[in-house]
Amino acid sequence: MIESRRVGDYVFSVLNYTFLILLSAATLFPFINLLAISLNDPLDTVKGGIYLWPREFTFSNYFYTFNNEKLFGAALRSVLRTVVGSILGVLTTAFIAYALSRKEFMLRKSMNLFLVFTLYLNAGLIPVYLLIKEIGLMNTFAVYILPTLVSAYNIMIMRSYFEQLPEGVIESSKIDGANEFQTLFRIVMPMSMPVVATITLFVAVMHWNSWFDNYLYTSRDANLSLLQFELQKILMSSINQVFAKGDSSSVRQALGASPQSIRSAITIVVTLPILFVYPFLQRYFVKGITIASIKE
Amino acid sequence: MVKKLEINTSFTHSVKRGLWKKIYTQRYLLLMTIPFIVVAFIFSYIPLWGWFLAFVDYKVGHDILGSEFIGIKHFNALFSDAQFYNVLRNTLVMGLLSMFSGFIGSIALALLLNEIRLKMFKRFIQTITYIPHFVSWVVIANILTSFLSPDGGVINRILLDLGIVDEAVYFMSNENWFWGIHTMAGLWKELGWSTIIYLAVLAGINPELYEAADVDGASRFRKMWHISIPGLMPTATLLLLISVGWIIQGGFESQFLLGNSMVINKSEVLDLYALRYSTQIGDWSYGVAITMFKSVVSVLLVLLANYLSKLFTSTKLF
Repeated sequence: MIESRRVGDYVFSVLNYTFLILLSAATLFPFINLLAISLNDPLDTVKGGIYLWPREFTFSNYFYTFNNEKLFGAALRSVLRTVVGSILGVLTTAFIAYALSRKEFMLRKSMNLFLVFTLYLNAGLIPVYLLIKEIGLMNTFAVYILPTLVSAYNIMIMRSYFEQLPEGVIESSKIDGANEFQTLFRIVMPMSMPVVATITLFVAVMHWNSWFDNYLYTSRDANLSLLQFELQKILMSSINQVFAKGDSSSVRQALGASPQSIRSAITIVVTLPILFVYPFLQRYFVKGITIASIKE
Repeated sequence: MVKKLEINTSFTHSVKRGLWKKIYTQRYLLLMTIPFIVVAFIFSYIPLWGWFLAFVDYKVGHDILGSEFIGIKHFNALFSDAQFYNVLRNTLVMGLLSMFSGFIGSIALALLLNEIRLKMFKRFIQTITYIPHFVSWVVIANILTSFLSPDGGVINRILLDLGIVDEAVYFMSNENWFWGIHTMAGLWKELGWSTIIYLAVLAGINPELYEAADVDGASRFRKMWHISIPGLMPTATLLLLISVGWIIQGGFESQFLLGNSMVINKSEVLDLYALRYSTQIGDWSYGVAITMFKSVVSVLLVLLANYLSKLFTSTKLF
């Protein structure tokens, strides 16, 4: 009886490890494949059969991407949006979360209700579009930052974390004559690095990945175009090319190179920053999310 | 009588003074929040006011307030519009498919990861499976179109080489594939990430329960079935409740990027239909009516799920 149980457990373990290895392979393979294509000669890529490594190694696709003024400008603006958006977004979240975590705050209850409400009822795409048009945010950089500035979800996560800090620390900071801003920046935020890192990551990734607001509100102004939107446009044109079956010359001319190779190169450029930053933040955000969500 | 009145006024007076004093002592907290609450009000509350456009005949360029009031005419038109039902079906089917595949998949993966004793290996798998969560839908759509491409895509190549198909399959331009591709893409993107909370709950289960089961000679499956799964249930129910509102509310980004004119019958969801109606046909009021329908149904779904859950289990959202 015990023997058969051991055999069963052993078989299960082997299957489990195998399955998880296959799952991570399936997760990683698309990225490795794109990397290989992006480093392969575009004319050779058309022949197909590139899987894990390039056949005819070249950096030409990346040179093309970075020498293209439109793409380079878009990349810079994406970085700018991500930096500005993250700083403002995290500050806003911390301010509101801190105030809501103070038990004596006079608007604590009503403000909380105000924010929870936004989680459940949203007006929808068209009313927001019309509002943004009415208040003159079309084709402005501000339209990237303002509408997503206050995220109730992020505020709830950060507030739960702030609430479980020892009350005495904040009290003694106040006795020392610190005002609320000083208490937040010098005491509360340094003590809450896991959740601050988590929210920073969320907000930064959201900004870096956004393209729909670009498509909807600022597509008329080429000087506001972001990298994800440029990638989306290339994707759309190459889908149309597939439908036009065979006639890829027009797209190839428009891009000055093979669309598949350029697409892979831009996709890698868009993905790499995330792959570099995220593993270093992982131990923070797992802790940050868990503490907050289990408390909820 | 007179005396009483006097006390009363001095009382309200002191309340008033107390309020001003409170505002003064909490001025920094107010300064930290009010400006941003105003921003939130503009972008989350004022658009709700735009719902009244669904009850008037608004055309772009015209004065909003001067538009003619037509009552529920747009909703009558909506409910007799065959395309609306088609789009509603797409929204609900894709929402349900994503919800259930994600729910079952994330619990299963969390249970499997929880059985791994090698800490390093577990961390490694977690790190890798979280990655797609941080990658944009634009990137995912790019990966999928190049993978599924009939013109040298990896999947078609493997299928051809193995002799499973005789000629390349046009995955992205055949509408029958769309729901499956969409669900798989979503699962691939979010599966690893959605295990975080479940793993934390599993880590919090009292180890004595497992030890007692060991003494009784329970196999791994029995321990999973009688200890791990019941331990996950409260959290799982809560997360399922939260996701119910998303069946209809869920994104449109993925459908926008993965869809194309050939599969629009299966790929178009309510938001995209509203957008198309508004920007291409210019009937903004109709677009608002669609969006409004969606938001209201979403809230009703959450309330219903919450009510049912309170009725049958002890878990509730609010």
